[in-house]
Amino acid sequence: MIKRIPFWFSYVFLYVPILVVVVMSFNAGDSPYSWSGFGLGWYGELLGDEEVRTGLVNTLIVATGSTALATVLGTLLAVGLARHTRSKVLDAIATLPVILPDIVMAIGLLAFYTLIQLTLGLYSVLLAHAVFGTAAVAAVVRTRLASSDPSLEEASRDLGANGLTTFLRITLPTLAPGIVAGALLAFTLSVDEFVIAFFTAGPQSPTLPIVIYSMVRFGVTPEINALATVLLAVTFTAILAVQRLTKLTERR
Amino acid sequence: MTSLLKIADVRRAFGDVAALDGVSLDIREGEFFALLGPSGCGKTTLLRILAGFETPDSGTVTLGGDDLTTVAAHRRPVNLMFQSYALFPHLSIEKNVAYGLEREKLPKAEIRERVAEVLDRVGLSGAAKRRPHQLSGGQRQRVALARAIVKRPKLLLLDEPLSALDRKVRAEMQLWLKQLQHEVGITFVVVTHDQEEAMSMADRIAVLNHGRVEQVGTPVALYGAPRTHFVADFIGGNNFFPGTAVEGGLECPGIGPLPGAGEVAAGESAVLAVRPEQIRIGGGGTPVLRGTVLDVSFYGGTSRIAVRVTGMATPLLVRQQGAAQVVPETEVDLVWETADGVLVPPPVTTGTGASDAA
Repeated sequence: MIKRIPFWFSYVFLYVPILVVVVMSFNAGDSPYSWSGFGLGWYGELLGDEEVRTGLVNTLIVATGSTALATVLGTLLAVGLARHTRSKVLDAIATLPVILPDIVMAIGLLAFYTLIQLTLGLYSVLLAHAVFGTAAVAAVVRTRLASSDPSLEEASRDLGANGLTTFLRITLPTLAPGIVAGALLAFTLSVDEFVIAFFTAGPQSPTLPIVIYSMVRFGVTPEINALATVLLAVTFTAILAVQRLTKLTERR
Repeated sequence: MTSLLKIADVRRAFGDVAALDGVSLDIREGEFFALLGPSGCGKTTLLRILAGFETPDSGTVTLGGDDLTTVAAHRRPVNLMFQSYALFPHLSIEKNVAYGLEREKLPKAEIRERVAEVLDRVGLSGAAKRRPHQLSGGQRQRVALARAIVKRPKLLLLDEPLSALDRKVRAEMQLWLKQLQHEVGITFVVVTHDQEEAMSMADRIAVLNHGRVEQVGTPVALYGAPRTHFVADFIGGNNFFPGTAVEGGLECPGIGPLPGAGEVAAGESAVLAVRPEQIRIGGGGTPVLRGTVLDVSFYGGTSRIAVRVTGMATPLLVRQQGAAQVVPETEVDLVWETADGVLVPPPVTTGTGASDAA
């Protein structure tokens, strides 16, 4: 038992803040700090909040749109990297935007939008999120490609399939688990992204994290906790789905 | 038999390295042909040119009289069985085999019939609905073969077909492949680095080295009458004596005249190759050499005897049926017939020695 103490300590350290958020979201009282009985009132409040609803819709539009774009571009990027380059550097740079500091991406994108005189709106966030989403999808699909047999495509051509048929019938299906996992990752990253969205969103189109930020500035209420819990549930579901898919992939 | 595939002076270079340096071959209809050589000899490049995944820099390839090099890979009446088998992991065995027929837009009923027929032929009717990862190595190989022959190609290429199998299954598949080729009557071209594999399966073998054809012939001809030092060394075991060709044999410096025959003119430098099993120890006849027995190893069916001969850098190897009657440290007479010593031109780098690859 004693041997396991460091393990459990670390685990608790990891999850206490999250646990606090979730527990306090069910507080019946007004304070996010002191417990005064169980209640679902703040979830009701959340549903009725116009601003939160707008933020949520905006976030879903951005996440869905950027994921769709990122999935197509990221898959093409990964296939292209595997097929047309031998350069390790090019390979590494392609997936760099995922781990690049958000603030760097944010400033860069803002500068770029200003340069091309683009009016900021929801689509500017969507495009910005598609940038790191593309890198994320490419990174996941690239791993999948590395473990698949390169002669599969040649075998398809040998059996009489042209380039397009080979891509649709052989390349895409063998990459499918990687593509879906990459898409879920891009979606999750987009849903809770704040810094880049803050820089690139128009004033009339805040995403959910921006809405939360402006709410917190006027004091934290358990409504924020309820909202955080909902986001948490969405993210958790996506991550678990990614893990399941990865396992399915490994079994083949 | 009529000629099916004509390869004429095909060249292909990768950077400064000539993978194929003027290869010409003539492969006959219905033949089981092997391209044999060490890794890097160009055999895989040639196979990929035939399949359509590489284009030659120069030279022509014709199949049944029609130019093949200008035809795209997916339009060639040629199929390749990949070394990795390249079975589609997301499709069932049945769908894997049907894939090529579906591309030909054949009626569904015909596809079903032909797939069932070929799966029956390779003995995998029961596994039709399974996925490739649920099969054993030998079964996967048979699926790969079924997928290729169901297209009824004019030419079937096989890239190291047995290399992924373990020893026991390999011997079984070797026999099976040969029978199958006989039954379906498709011309097979197999690429291999394993001389035993090529010898046991092929009707004719082309030995490739550094992008050139060293010799083409039947297994028996290549073994009994190698025309180059490389062929003599690569196929089977051999004892080599360097020297100068003379009438009726070879003058080997430090050893003396040795009996042999071959296509090297008297007076030219040459290497005499003598198979270990062609050398007799004692037992009549004029002795060619004398030596001291160094070591005797018994392999069950045969014995290998190493004999030290003064003037030779490495021991001479002799192979005998059954157990050997000599013991180490005895002096023995060594005899071989003139016809059993084969004179070949010397290799680029010469050296006295013996090798026993078999």
